[in-house]
Amino acid sequence: MERIDIHPTHTFQTYKLRMGRAFPFGATAVPGGVNFAVFSRFATACTLVLFRKGEREPMIEIPFRDEFRIGNVFTMIVFDLDFENTEYGFRMEGPFLPEQGQRFDPNCILLDPYAKAIAGRDIWGETPDWSDPYQHRARFVYDDFDWEDDRPLELPLEDLVIYEMHVRSFTRDPSSGVKHPGTYAAIRDKIPYLKSLGVNCVELLPIFEFDEFENSRPHPERDEMLYQYWGYSTVGFFAPKAGYAATSRFGMQVDEVKTLIKEFHKNGIEVFLDVVFNHTAEGNEYGPTISFRGIDNKTYYMLTPEGYYFNFSGCGNTLNCNNPVVRGMVLDCLRYWAAEYHIDGFRFDLAAVLGRDPFGAPMVNPPLLETLAFDPILAKCKLIAEAWDAGGLYQVGTFPAYGRWAEWNGKYRDDLRKFLKGEAGLAGAMAQRIQGSPDLYSGRGTGASINFITAHDGFTLADLVSYNEKHNYANGENNNDGANDNESWNCGWEGPTEDPAINALRRRQMKNAMAMLMVSQGVPMLLMGDEVGRTQQGNNNTYCQDNELNWFDWKLVDTNADFLRFVQQCTAFRKAHPVLRKADHLRNQDYAGTGYADISWHGTRAWNADWSSQSRVLAFMLDGAHVHGDIPRDDYIYVAMNMHWDMHGFELPQLPGGRQWYISANTSMPSPEDFWEPGNEPRLENQREFLVGPRSVVILVGR
Amino acid sequence: MDVNIRSIDDITVVAIEGALDAATAPIAQQQLLPLATAGCRILLDLTGVPYMSSAGLRMLLSTYRQLSGKDGRIVLVGVAEEIQDTMSVTGFINFFTLRATPEEGIAALKG
Repeated sequence: MERIDIHPTHTFQTYKLRMGRAFPFGATAVPGGVNFAVFSRFATACTLVLFRKGEREPMIEIPFRDEFRIGNVFTMIVFDLDFENTEYGFRMEGPFLPEQGQRFDPNCILLDPYAKAIAGRDIWGETPDWSDPYQHRARFVYDDFDWEDDRPLELPLEDLVIYEMHVRSFTRDPSSGVKHPGTYAAIRDKIPYLKSLGVNCVELLPIFEFDEFENSRPHPERDEMLYQYWGYSTVGFFAPKAGYAATSRFGMQVDEVKTLIKEFHKNGIEVFLDVVFNHTAEGNEYGPTISFRGIDNKTYYMLTPEGYYFNFSGCGNTLNCNNPVVRGMVLDCLRYWAAEYHIDGFRFDLAAVLGRDPFGAPMVNPPLLETLAFDPILAKCKLIAEAWDAGGLYQVGTFPAYGRWAEWNGKYRDDLRKFLKGEAGLAGAMAQRIQGSPDLYSGRGTGASINFITAHDGFTLADLVSYNEKHNYANGENNNDGANDNESWNCGWEGPTEDPAINALRRRQMKNAMAMLMVSQGVPMLLMGDEVGRTQQGNNNTYCQDNELNWFDWKLVDTNADFLRFVQQCTAFRKAHPVLRKADHLRNQDYAGTGYADISWHGTRAWNADWSSQSRVLAFMLDGAHVHGDIPRDDYIYVAMNMHWDMHGFELPQLPGGRQWYISANTSMPSPEDFWEPGNEPRLENQREFLVGPRSVVILVGR
Repeated sequence: MDVNIRSIDDITVVAIEGALDAATAPIAQQQLLPLATAGCRILLDLTGVPYMSSAGLRMLLSTYRQLSGKDGRIVLVGVAEEIQDTMSVTGFINFFTLRATPEEGIAALKG
C-alpha cells in the first residue's frame, strides 16, 4: 500500500515540501525525497541552502516553515532531489552577542553537524577556492552497503596486538607500489603484510573529515606545504575523510571505507578509530565558522562567563561534551560508526576532556563516559581513553572506567623507556608494567592497559634510540613544539652515524623494547613502521609533515628485514603463549597446584629479584599451568632483562618434573639466532645459569 | 541511455548504451527487473557505458540480489577499466563475474 507521506503538502517555488521528522538528525533518504532535521536551541529561524554539486551559487534557499519546527529541531522533507548531485547547508538566524556566547551570522552557510559525507576537500592537497563561501559541503549518502555476513570481530581485548597507523602515511610513498597511494583502498593491498606482522587490530589515526588546509603554511626549508596532516581537528564527525579515498571524486568514500573494513574482518583484523571529541576545527573566536559555532555556539562549546572559548584541548576550543545535546551527538556518532561501519573499537583523543563539566571542572561520574560504557549498540566495542588532556588533567589509572574503559598506559611507556635506557631503580615499576599494571588497574583486568613504547605523538622506536633531544625545526616553530621529556637515549651519538658499535647497540635496544612489550600482560600497541625501523629524523611531533618524515618507506622492509623478522617472531611468540595474555591480573600465587606461582620474580640469583634503587636487572618466570580453564597448559616462560651495560650471569629457576629450558630469544645474538622459530628452540647446555649480555633481553621456554 | 534486449539461445543479452547515474539507473533497472525470472541467465554488455555513478553500481548489485534470489546468473562484459577499478575499490566487483567480450561472457554462462 502506498504511504501517505510520499505526497507533498507544501511548495516553495518549484520545490515540493512536507513537514519532516525530527529524528534522526541530519539528512535521511525517505520515500520520494530527503528528510532534513537540524537542532538549534537559540536560532530564531533556519534556511535550507541547496546547491548543485560543486557550484558556488545555491540553486535554491528554502526557509524552514515555522510549523515544521518541533521543539528546537527544524524539520522538512524536500521531494525529488537529485540524491547524488546535490549539496546542502543551513543558514541560521539568531543573536550575535559574543559576550553572552551567541554568535549567529546568517551570512554563513553552515555544515550539518550530522553530514554523512562532506565535499570540498575531495582530493588531498588540492588548493581550495577560498572565495567560495561554503567550504565544507554536506552530501547525501546511500546507507545500503552489502555487508553479507560481516560484523565486528569481538576478539578478546587481551588477545589483540594493535597497530597504530595513519591512512595516508601507510602507502603514500612511491615505494609502496600500490595503485592508489595514500588511500583507504591501498591499505587493502597491504593486508597480507599486516597479517605477516602478526597484528590483529589496526587503529587508524583520525578519519573523520578534517581540513588539511587548516593553518597550512609553507615548509620553512622546502618547497612544499605544511598541513594539518594527522587530522586531529574534526570538521564533521559522521563523514569519512574524503581526501583519503581513491573514489572521492565519485563521492564513494563511504563504500570504500566499508569495503576496507569488511576486508580487514575477513582477515581476522579488527579496526579501531582514533576519535577526536575534545575540540573541533573551528578554533577560537578567530577561527572559521564552519558548523557548530554558527548553529549553536553556546551549546556546542565550553565558554567562559565572558563568552570566550575554554581551551582544555590546546587547540583553541573545547567541545561541550557533557551538555546533554552534545553528549547525544557523540553517542549518535559512535553508534553510527559501530552499526553502519562495523567499527570494532574507539580510541578517544584527550579523553580526560570528556569527563569535564560544562564549566571545565572534572566530574566524579561523567554522564558521557557512563552513557558510552552502558550503551547497547556499543556494548561489544572496545573503548580506549587517552586518559589526560591539555588542561593538566592526568587520569592514567583513575579514568572513570565503569568496567568498560581501557587506557593508553602512559606510565607503561615512561617506565619502560627509563628502564630501557639503563636508569637505575626501575625494577619495582617494571614488575608492575610487566603484569599489566595492577598498581593502576586493580580489579579492571589486564585489558585495561594498552601497553605502548611509542605512538604517533613522540619519537619512533628507531629515533628513541638515536636521539636525546627532539629536532622539530621542520615544523617551523623554532623547535618549541613537541614534548621535551622523551626518556630517550641516543646510544652515544645524536642522530645517524656510521659507527658500527653504536648502530649495533641501537638495534639491540630496539629488540629489547619489542621483546619486553610483547611479554607484558595487557594489550601491546605498535606504531606503524617501528617494525622496520622507521625514522622521523628526530622530529617528535610530525603533525604537519606530508613527506618522508611520516610516510612509510617500504624499502625498509628489505633493508631492515632482520629486525622485521624479530618483531614477527615476537608477535608469534605472544600468540603461541596464552600465559602472556591472561585476562585477569596475575596473583603471584600458585593456584594450579604446581608448586610454582603464576609469576615469580628473579634476578642474577634465582628467586632473588633485586628491587633496590641500584638495580638495572629483572627476571621473571610464568608458570603456564595458570591459564584459563579449557586451554591446555602452556610452557614455563622465563624472561631475563639486563639493562645494565655489563654482562651478567642469571641463575635459572629449576623446573619441576624433569622439564628443561630452551632458548627462544636472545637480543645479543645476530639474526636469525636472536629469535628461534617455535618448536626449533635449542635446549640449553647449562640448565643452571644463563649469561645475559650487556643491555639484552633473553626469553626461555621450559617444557 | 538506451537498453537493448535480445536473446542468444536461452541467454538474455542486455546491452546498455550511455552513462548510468542517479537519473538513468532507475530506468535501466525497470527494464532489467522483468528479466529476472527463475533460473534466468543474463549477459549484461556494458561496452557502451562510459561512466557509472554510485547509483549505477547500486542498480547492478540490486539486480544481482534479485537474480540470485531466483537462482539466476549474471555476467558483465565490456566494463571500462576505470569503472572496474571503482568497482574493485568499493567492493562491488566481488559479487560479479566479469568477462572481456560477449563471447567469453556467453561461454561463462553456458559453463
